[in-house]
Parts: sequence; structure tokens; C-alpha cells
Amino acid sequence: MVETTAWQRYSRAALRFARRRPLGAVGAAVIIIMILAAVFAGVIAPFDPLINDYGAMLQAPSAGHWFGTDAFGRDVLSRIIYGSRTALWVGFFSSFLGATLGAVIGMSSAYFGGKIDLLLQRCMDLLLSFPLIVLALVVVAVLGTGTLNVILAITLPMVPRCALVVRSSALTLREMPFVEAARALGFGPLHIILRHMAPNVMAPYLIMLTAFLGQAILLEASLSFLGLGVSEPQAAWGLMLRGAAVDFAERAPWMAIYPGVAISLSVFAFNLFGDSLRDALDPKLRLS
Amino acid sequence: MLPTLFGVAVLVFFLLRVLPGDIVELKYSGTGAYAPKEALARERAQLGLDQPLWKQFTVWISGIPRFDFGTSMWTGQPVAHEIAIRLELSIELALLATIVAILISVPLGTIAAVKQDTWIDYGIRLFAIAGLAIPSFWLGIVMILAFVIYFRWLPPLTFTPFWVDPWANLAQLIWPALAVGYRYSAVATRMTRSAVLEVLREDYIRTARAKGLWERAVFIRHALKNALLPVITVIGLEFAFLVGGLVVTEQVFNLNGIGKLFVEAISQRDYTMVQSLVLLTAFVFIFVNFVVDLINAFLDPRIRYG
Repeated sequence: MVETTAWQRYSRAALRFARRRPLGAVGAAVIIIMILAAVFAGVIAPFDPLINDYGAMLQAPSAGHWFGTDAFGRDVLSRIIYGSRTALWVGFFSSFLGATLGAVIGMSSAYFGGKIDLLLQRCMDLLLSFPLIVLALVVVAVLGTGTLNVILAITLPMVPRCALVVRSSALTLREMPFVEAARALGFGPLHIILRHMAPNVMAPYLIMLTAFLGQAILLEASLSFLGLGVSEPQAAWGLMLRGAAVDFAERAPWMAIYPGVAISLSVFAFNLFGDSLRDALDPKLRLS
Repeated sequence: MLPTLFGVAVLVFFLLRVLPGDIVELKYSGTGAYAPKEALARERAQLGLDQPLWKQFTVWISGIPRFDFGTSMWTGQPVAHEIAIRLELSIELALLATIVAILISVPLGTIAAVKQDTWIDYGIRLFAIAGLAIPSFWLGIVMILAFVIYFRWLPPLTFTPFWVDPWANLAQLIWPALAVGYRYSAVATRMTRSAVLEVLREDYIRTARAKGLWERAVFIRHALKNALLPVITVIGLEFAFLVGGLVVTEQVFNLNGIGKLFVEAISQRDYTMVQSLVLLTAFVFIFVNFVVDLINAFLDPRIRYG
């Protein structure tokens, strides 16, 4: 009998996912292309995204500059390629942070119950009474702009949403015999939560995480567009759209088109992948 | 509802003041002039920033029942006044966007459900998923680009109240309403589709058909009426999208509304303005959810709140 390595098992699972859910696979493919573009940005980008070239300002798309140049003579294509670094970095980091924090809060809330549960739930309710972007804007108002602050701003509104979902699936776990057995054996709450509960809330955790990714990228683009996110001269898609509509609408429409396409395409891909993953992992869980 | 709002007020008020650096420093650093310490202190005293935090908080919170939200630290005008002059535009935009969302989502979602698994269904679903991915501010930018390039026309920049000149009013506001409404409708379309699909499988639909009712009567009187409940809920819940949509599209279309005021207040560190606007948003958000619950209980006798 041939032993299957972990790698073979994973690749087989991935193939099965691709065959059953072609749309999700398309999303995954776009995401992989994005990640590759972000990692190898230094190799594939034709120009330096930060260097101003005042001899080549607002040039229309051409063989040299496929997507044209912006008001500082910077190559739009190169800035989009480097912008994927910002989008992915902010997207992955804030989704991971938000979902993980939410999961920890949700699990402890379910495990301890009673007063701790009530207190944590009140705090989460409080955070849920803000629309997503408003909470993010408040955090930016407190911390100021910049990449790290934007990550925190996007993380915070994600926490209560994940905590809610994880808590409800952890509540049933608490009554499971294996949790009771672990408690009878004298294990502490930390051990039980991490070793016995965490593996069993992986499905909702992963679903929330992937559902956040698209939203996080969209939120980062919105904040940067408002001038309250990533700051110049860093390459970020939302930032590239800032001022593009009114100031350069007639002279340089390409400045406004391509970064928007990049945002839409990546959010689209993450949503497709997230939806398929949700259907594959847990058909009952519906998040709109 | 009141305890939550009080919690929101406490949270925002103290959060904004956790970090050092305030509006006075920003004002002076903006001018680039040398500011003596006494001048800074005088300005702080004028704004009430030298008082202990709890005192500032009680002053602010005790004014709210009288609709006194304090004075803007940037303009010196009462916050309530600054909000009031911009409220009409934002409310109208929100209503228009909601109408656009309903007009798009209910028919499309229903058609998609009836024609399930045909190319019409796939097309509508694609349209809805795209709506979730396309940022509303970019949609607005593309609209403006199209107007400028193809029609050499821009929506008017000054706000005309609806009752003064409906056409001028709509010429300005319908475009941002479409940009926000498309995204807003995306979720509602998906919800309508799945709700109608679910209802069509119910026993009472089969009964209605079996007793020989007209297909249209079955559909409108029996199916649609029941399917619209979750749709109403989702439209209320996704009100949050609307708020976000307003913040960014008001910026794109250069509309002087609440969203623009919010963004300006944040970049100017105008604490009184930011905290009042956040409280207002939270209030509207909670209130809308409450109204949605009421409507649901009214439409569906099975739902009763204790």
C-alpha cells in the first residue's frame, strides 16, 4: 500500500474542490495570480512605482506604459501591481487578526458562560451597533492614518461579527461529552478552549475569515480613497482613485479606470472563493 | 436601546481622547507659525479642553436630550446646526438609494427564482455578485467619466430642495443614488431569490395550484407576499451599507452631506463633531433595526416579541 503524504492529500482535496465548485476555483485562481503578482512585484513591474517622471506626466496608455501614467508621471500598471501588496497585506492581516480575536472571544464567552458571557456579549453588541465603515473611521480618527492603523481600523469591526458566529457553534460544544471528560480530567479552561474547542470551530472560523477578506480589501480601498487610509506615495488602489474623477476626468480617464478594475476583480475573486468555501464546509451557515 | 446608545457615547467619547494630540495643535501646526504655549492653553480653555474628562463628558451628554450636541471645535458653530443644514440632502439620498435598491432587487430576485438554473438566473446572480465587489465610489467615478467624456455634462453641484425644483434636484442626486443603490441591491437580490425559491416549495403553494388558482394569483397573493418578509429584514440590516455608501459617494460627487461632514471632521480632529455624528449614526442604525422588527411582527402574526 502506498502511503499518502500530507501534500498529496491536500492537492487531492483541492482538486475535488475545483471540480465541484468551478466558480470557487476561478476565484482561487485569481487570488493566486494576485499573490504571485504581489510577491514578484519587483520582477514583473516595468517601472518603479514611486519614482516621479515629470517628462511623462498623464500619458495615455501606450506600448511603454500599458495603463498610462498619472499626474506625477508614475506608471499606472506598476502602481497597480505594487498596490496588490498593500491590498493583500491589509486584507489578510486584518481578516486574520479580526477573525482570530473574534474566535477567542466567542469561545471564551461560550465556555465560561454566566456573567463573563453576558459582559462580553454586551461589548460585542455595542460594537455591532456601528455600521462597518463608521467604526473603522472612528479608529482612524483616534489612531491617525497609515498602513498599520488601517489594519487595526478594519480589524475592530470584524471582531464582534466573528465572535457572534463562533460563540453560537461553541455553545453546543460546551455540552459535548469530550469537553466534559477533559474537564473531569482536571484540564484548565485554556487547555480545553485551545485543544478541544478550537479544532471544532474551525469551519465557522475559516468561513468568517474568507468572508472578511473581500470586505477588508474594499474597506481599505474606501478609506484610502477618502484620504484616511494608506498615505502617499505608497501604491494603493483606493489612493490611486483619489481625485482621479474630477481633476483628470477628461485628460486622463485611464487613471480612474484601471485601479477600480483591480479592486473589483480582487474583491469579486475573494467573494466567489469565500462563498464556495462556505458551501463546501457548512451548507447550513448562511451569511449575507 | 438607550443603554446601548449611552455605551456608544461613552466608548466614542473616551476613545477619541485616549491618544495625545488635539485640534489645537493641528490648527497651529497647519499655519506653520510659532505658537506660544499660552496661546495654545488659551485656545484649549476656550474649547473646554482643559477641563477634566468626566466633566467634558457630562457637559456633552447632558445637552443631548435638548438636541444640544455642543459646538464644533473647528468652525465654532453649534454641531446641531452644522448637521441640520446637511441632513436634508443625506436623507433624500438615502431614501432614493433605498428605492433604487428595492426597484432593482425585488423584480430581479423574483425573476431569478422563477427561472432558476437558466441563463437568466445565472446572469442575475452574476449581476448581484458583481454589485458586492464593485466599490460604489468607483461606480460613481465611472459615471462622472462617462458624463464628461460622452455628454460634456456634469451633475449640478449645488443642492436644490426637491419641492423647489424636482428636476434639478433629481439631476443631482439620482446618480449617487444609483451608485449606492446598486451595491445595496446586490444583497437584497440574493435574498429575494432564495426567499422566493423557498416559498415556492411550500405546501400552501401546491394547495393553491391544486385548487386551480390562476398562476398569477398564486404567485402574487401567496408566494410573493410571504417571500418579502426576509427581504424587508435584509434591506433594514444592510442599511449599514447605505451609510458607508453615503460617506464615500458624497465625496465622489462633491455633495455637501453628512458623510462629507464626517470625513472632514475626522481629518480635522473635530472631536465634538465626530462623537455627535457617530452617536447619530448608531441611533439611526439601531432605530432602523427596531422598525424592521416592528414591521416584521406586523406582517407576520407568528412573530411576537415579549
